[in-house]
Amino acid sequence: MLNDVTFGQYYPVRSFVHNMDPRAKIIFVIAYIVAIFLADNFFGLAAVILFLLVAVLLSRVPFGRVLRSVKMILFLVIFTAVLNLFFYAGESAYEPLLQWGIVRITWESVVNTVYLAVRLFLLVLGTSLLTLTTTPVSLTDGLESLLKPLSYIKVPVHELALIMSIALRFIPILIDETNRIVSAQKARGADFDTGGIVKRAKAMIPVLIPLLVSAFRRAEELSDAMDARCYRGSKGRTKYKKLRFTWRDLVGFFYFAALITGVVLLNVYLGGRFEFLAWILN
Amino acid sequence: MEAVRFDNVKYSYREDEDTFAVNGVTLSIEQGEFVAVLGRNGSGKSTLAKLINVLLEPTEGSVQVFGMDAADPDLTFEIRKNTGMVFQNPDNQTVASIVEDDVAFGPENIGVPREEIGRRIDFALDAVGMQAFRHATPNRLSGGQKQRIAIAGVLALLPKIMILDESTAMLDPRGRREVMEVVKKLNREQGMTVILITHFMDEALQADRAVVMHRGEVVMDGKPEEIFARSDELETYNLTLPRAAYICKKLRAAGMPVGEAFTAEELAEEICRSLQKA
Repeated sequence: MLNDVTFGQYYPVRSFVHNMDPRAKIIFVIAYIVAIFLADNFFGLAAVILFLLVAVLLSRVPFGRVLRSVKMILFLVIFTAVLNLFFYAGESAYEPLLQWGIVRITWESVVNTVYLAVRLFLLVLGTSLLTLTTTPVSLTDGLESLLKPLSYIKVPVHELALIMSIALRFIPILIDETNRIVSAQKARGADFDTGGIVKRAKAMIPVLIPLLVSAFRRAEELSDAMDARCYRGSKGRTKYKKLRFTWRDLVGFFYFAALITGVVLLNVYLGGRFEFLAWILN
Repeated sequence: MEAVRFDNVKYSYREDEDTFAVNGVTLSIEQGEFVAVLGRNGSGKSTLAKLINVLLEPTEGSVQVFGMDAADPDLTFEIRKNTGMVFQNPDNQTVASIVEDDVAFGPENIGVPREEIGRRIDFALDAVGMQAFRHATPNRLSGGQKQRIAIAGVLALLPKIMILDESTAMLDPRGRREVMEVVKKLNREQGMTVILITHFMDEALQADRAVVMHRGEVVMDGKPEEIFARSDELETYNLTLPRAAYICKKLRAAGMPVGEAFTAEELAEEICRSLQKA
């Protein structure tokens, strides 16, 4: 039932992008998102797309695999696009293309809709390249290291990161356990596959309760085991694996610096998206 | 040197009750000894184990580990460093998703420098014969392998005492054998003090000394062979004999003149001898 759930979507190959420091990748994704929001015309977005394509090529993750991540937000994009297309409230310099009650389509709303959809897609594609090329564990390590300054203002960064990585470690174990409980309940005649949504949801109760009980038991044993191995929080702790920036991260730094500069320059020289519209329509 | 000393120790899980999980235990374990603690479910053997590394604190009496008093909170950390504990379910004692990270967890906690952690991982994984799985994920390993990783995780702390709390109970016969091999080797080659909590009588035969617990008390204490020779007494504590010894006893009852045997080989020898005589 749950066998095909692979956690995260890590794509295990060796590549330039895979070998980058997770901290660098997190920062670059943020830079990439900034670039998307800075790009105020279609040339800027085209630049972002170009940079993303090169990054995907370098990561050796198949394009189809990257594109698959868009499926999740397809509905969201269509929904916002429709709203934007019909109910865009901005001023329009041209005759409406369609006017029907409060529904009005203008050139501006068309441009805006396309623009917004492309932005959303790029957002998801870029961030999923991060999770495709970085294991959840090293993502957690990277986050812990990046958020370390917060521990000076008493944010328990180490503890949060440990909770995260333990959660990641127990997901496959709890999935196995769920499968076992489902089989056990089926053997006793439980029916999970028929009936309406309410009936099916109710049928899950005899699965969830034993799962919860066992999760608590595991948590207790794990905490004993951690105590026995001298765990006492971040106090006096060392770290075996140290993250290291390499030349790859330096390349990445210049790459994304170039992207942001490029996008800003395109904004300055070619203007916003509506100026572009005016340029086409006249 | 005395590794563990219990002085009239009592422990109750509930403060308001007079039922003691461990009820007046006095026990001394020497460094380098391999002690099996036997007893049926609820006999207090696991509680005894948790009292040693201060996961529990005695309600009465005192526990000392290498002369350090377990009641002193300042010494808790030092005691735990010296007493490694392996639990029953291998899944519930692994914190990391990669073998070497999990083995590193203990040394990281006590602040071992990074290069030294690397050496300790090497040492611990070699000791349990799992070096080849250093970069693997524990989820894909067999039960016996997972438990050996758990032992490695404890070994990386360089403890002097290793407590195995029913660590073989969830394993198949092969995994059980793997773990016992590792434990015996540690005891023999490194002089590790081993306290093996178990309800498998055959495992107890591998120890130098067997302690039988019943209702929170130590009721028998001696060489495993001596203990198993007193089979009627064992029965009153709901414990069975090792399989070979049990067959031996049945054969004698049926009139075959066999001597004492505890392992399959010894049993085969005894049967041959008695057949030759006949």
